[in-house]
Amino acid sequence: MSDNSLPTNGRMDWERVRTVARTDLKQLIQARDFWVPMTLLGGFFFVIIPLILLLSITQIGRNDIVAQVSETLQVLPPSAQEQIQGDSPEGRTGYALAVFLFAPVAVVVPLTISTAVGAATIVGERERGTGEFLAHSPAGVREIYLGKLIASLVPGYLTVVVGFSAYSLIVNLTVGNEIGYWFFPTPEWWLMILWVLPPFLAICLSLVLRLSAKVSSTAAAQQASGLISLPLIMVAYSQATGVLFGAGYMPIIVGGVAWVVAGFSLSRGIRSVDRSRLLGLAAGA
Amino acid sequence: MTRDLTVAVRQVSRRFGEVHALTDLTIEVPTGAITVLLGPNGAGKTTAIRMITGALGPDSGSVEVFGTDPSGPDGLAVRRRCGVVSAKPSLYDRLDGWDNMRYSAELYGLGRGADVDRRIREAAARFGIEAAMDQMVGGFSTGMKTRLALARSVLHQPDLLLLDEPTSGLDPESAVAVLEMIRQMTDDGRTVLMCTHLLLEAEGLADQVVVMEHGTSLVWGAPDELARQYWPSPTVRISSSDGTALHALADADGVLSVELDDAAQTADPDAPVVATVEVDRTERTPALVARLVGAGVPVAAVVPFDPTLEDLYFAVRRTRANPGDPADGTHSPPPLVAKSTEPSARARRSAVADMAR
Repeated sequence: MSDNSLPTNGRMDWERVRTVARTDLKQLIQARDFWVPMTLLGGFFFVIIPLILLLSITQIGRNDIVAQVSETLQVLPPSAQEQIQGDSPEGRTGYALAVFLFAPVAVVVPLTISTAVGAATIVGERERGTGEFLAHSPAGVREIYLGKLIASLVPGYLTVVVGFSAYSLIVNLTVGNEIGYWFFPTPEWWLMILWVLPPFLAICLSLVLRLSAKVSSTAAAQQASGLISLPLIMVAYSQATGVLFGAGYMPIIVGGVAWVVAGFSLSRGIRSVDRSRLLGLAAGA
Repeated sequence: MTRDLTVAVRQVSRRFGEVHALTDLTIEVPTGAITVLLGPNGAGKTTAIRMITGALGPDSGSVEVFGTDPSGPDGLAVRRRCGVVSAKPSLYDRLDGWDNMRYSAELYGLGRGADVDRRIREAAARFGIEAAMDQMVGGFSTGMKTRLALARSVLHQPDLLLLDEPTSGLDPESAVAVLEMIRQMTDDGRTVLMCTHLLLEAEGLADQVVVMEHGTSLVWGAPDELARQYWPSPTVRISSSDGTALHALADADGVLSVELDDAAQTADPDAPVVATVEVDRTERTPALVARLVGAGVPVAAVVPFDPTLEDLYFAVRRTRANPGDPADGTHSPPPLVAKSTEPSARARRSAVADMAR
């Protein structure tokens, strides 16, 4: 009869977390109507726009464009201006654009993608009727929540990794030749990608998953999560810019604070989901 | 808790806002038997199943499954021993049959690998769905989905099967096949709790029925026991066009009661009236027929009344609606009778098997 040899205590079963995450990702891969537009979005911001702009500056050599962008660079803080490398105006302008002005893209795109995935995750289970299966299963609510969080985080962060790699290649091929060597990614970019961006993604997703558990439809979840994620994207944007402009310990401090907030937000998020939410019934109703 | 009970729901109430989904619900499910929850839509059957797996907790009362509170800290252990088929099959349309089954296997702690795949293949074959396992479930018919959901529910070899309207949306042929599969699942000692509002399918399966309405259980027990409580004496149905003569049978020796059903005659004056005559002994019947024939009353049919679950269900609900009804009012909900009607249940099961054939 039953496999009663299995552990039955309340500890987190990480294998189940992986199972939930893997299954959600598998379904996402099948959802072509989702990942095709998202791939185009990532390609547009990480590849097409940088490629066009950087090529315009470094290869076409339009002096008027270079002059205009150079003027814009005067607004950068002195610490940032000191970091700009290159001997030619094209090289310095391209360096500034690549390192400083495209930084927010690395934040906006993954947050957008992860928000889109996360918003549908719990309410989607309810709408498809599969929430009933999960609610009756031995999977703990924390395991389900974390599995879904990971499944929402992976597409966004994967976009960062792939997009960032493509972007690095484009920057080094276009601007690197002007500077004389492949300079990208700079240490500040590594810090932003590995230390600052993940907690911002986690904060955003913890809020979006809470929403997804509470609203009645995927459409409502998408709309409401847009309202929540927009200010967060703006905060992340400004923090990412600050990290790149700032010097010394600033990126580490910003990232550290974001990790603390993310931890608090996740623990609150886990508590907001229970089995009745998977069934589409308000907790305590 | 009695050792023979797998589920004991006692005096459970649950509200959703202003809606009372369950009110003092009591259900006891004997181990190794098929218990059927009967009731109209909205009676609280699905909520009862959710209480049993601990997906929902009660506002008051107690739920014990395998001697444990399923909504408490040991709820995971209870859920691991339950297999559930919901009213909607709860399958992932964007996964194929294999992945749906593997997902369940992993959540229920079976892990992955060749042994699990073998179990999946066996379960799929048992429910005749093995040929479609490589297809996306979104392309399955309703019957295929139900079969896959049933296969998934038994994959981890649960001790308790909870089936919520398992034949909903199926064509009659598939429904009969599914009922036969459910019957087979109890052959190796599993306990089954099934919800339905289709009396005919319960008729062939139930060792015990619980009639529910408005979130509460009206009566529960073995169908034969309940029938004996509602119709304690032998009963015969006599049809004749002369309703007055039939009514006069109430004066005959050994007749305990006569109930006339002249509904058909309202629409058609030539249609026969049916009298349900309760007698103290079956042997009285020939004398009653002789009395009618001797008085020149045309007798169209004489049929011994063997109450079906449908008769019982409507009698229970009539009693509820008219508590003062002399025909039924003396029957309060009987106590649970656990597994007291094995031969009868087997007879019913073989009837289902015949239908399946």
